[in-house]
Amino acid sequence: MSKKESPIKTIVVAVVLSLVCSVVVSFAAIQLKPQQELNKELDRKRNILIAARLLEQGGTQSEIDELFKQVETKVVDLSTGEFIEPPKGFNQRKFAKDPKTNKVLQGQADIAGIKRRSQFANVYLVHNGDELDTIVLPVHGYGLWSTMYGFLALEPDTKTVVGFKYYEQGETAGLGGEIENPTWLSQWPNKQVLNEQGEPVIKLVKGSAQTENQVDGLSGATLTSNGVENTLHYWLGEDGFGPFLERVRAGEI
Amino acid sequence: MAFDKQEAKSVLFSPIFNNNPIALQVLGICSALAVTSKLETALVMSLALTVVVALSNMLISMIRKQIPSSIRIIVQMTIIASLVILVDQVLKAYAYEVSKQLSVFVGLIITNCIVMGRAEAYAMKNGPFMSLLDGIGNGLGYSVLLIVVGIIRELFGSGELLGYTILPSTANGGWYETNGMLVLPASSFFIIGFLIWALRAWKKDQVEDKE
Repeated sequence: MSKKESPIKTIVVAVVLSLVCSVVVSFAAIQLKPQQELNKELDRKRNILIAARLLEQGGTQSEIDELFKQVETKVVDLSTGEFIEPPKGFNQRKFAKDPKTNKVLQGQADIAGIKRRSQFANVYLVHNGDELDTIVLPVHGYGLWSTMYGFLALEPDTKTVVGFKYYEQGETAGLGGEIENPTWLSQWPNKQVLNEQGEPVIKLVKGSAQTENQVDGLSGATLTSNGVENTLHYWLGEDGFGPFLERVRAGEI
Repeated sequence: MAFDKQEAKSVLFSPIFNNNPIALQVLGICSALAVTSKLETALVMSLALTVVVALSNMLISMIRKQIPSSIRIIVQMTIIASLVILVDQVLKAYAYEVSKQLSVFVGLIITNCIVMGRAEAYAMKNGPFMSLLDGIGNGLGYSVLLIVVGIIRELFGSGELLGYTILPSTANGGWYETNGMLVLPASSFFIIGFLIWALRAWKKDQVEDKE
């Protein structure tokens, strides 16, 4: 055939095309990055406020910034439960990947299926005057397909749920994806996640929840529901925020 | 190239009813099932796909004479994939909420048969302008179906349209008992099936011959 088919031509076309496409894609990614970061930050604040039930939904940038003034962001050393100065460039997800700042979880210890976690974690404290009003804990764990990220807001007794909000997940839309559904999340407030000894007891059950330690599971999404339960058991347990919550109960915070 | 108005019109509009990519060719129904539980996501997905198929058709047509046939599929894929990433990035920057709901499905436009199908069947053989029209036309054909399915599913599945309450549901203190099945992806199979039936009852020439 014509020159169109020569091997050299084929390679040239492939190389030129790859170069052009990669330049276009990288350019767009870099140009749009600041706006995307801004969205993420705003979304994070919005979800913390929704979990603490200070905001219904939506909210403009200025409203959210205004409301967020009553929220104090702290960093906790998970092993001791004590507040620490935020390490330089602290980002919980980045720290979870760095061997210097993470903790590898294996076998039985890794009930939430996250493999490794940061040694430090953010907590958000909402004050009402001088009184501690709400504690918001970031939690995440593996569902069926994806890691599900959420915020759990607790009363100062650390047992009673104020609100719960999932904000990032890749579960099956319409089934497991319903963990983001406000109607499902609205049954969480006033549930008891811990027992008197401070052990996690919350359960997602099939059918209707009977007690204050139970929440309706998601129909058609058993594995996602299990993931939610395991996530909470991990993060409220000894290896998660347990020591920190212990200190809150002792009145040290 | 001589511009034929009649042909341009047919290229642009025939994919909407006469040669609908979903209803007649039954292509790209994977995303049609996944993103139509709400009208808003259906609209954004339609827009995203229309942009991708229109631009990919045009770009592929522009370089069609340079593309060696041995690597043509890969070349088409590269162009389509770049456009999809571009669209995904723009959505993340300017329509963050919706882009979160669409999650992986924007990325999956890369594998949508409509885009590849039009590139291979039309753009490789026709000029850039006609290819652009063909892309827009097929995008519209996909959009029409998605929007209809989205309206049916959101209205009867949750009693809302674009988040506004139309039929007050019993869960929110109204009278309308929402149809939970319509919220699930499988319901789109039925709706698309009924739509194809309706379309073929109207346009008899689309009915396939018995084997």
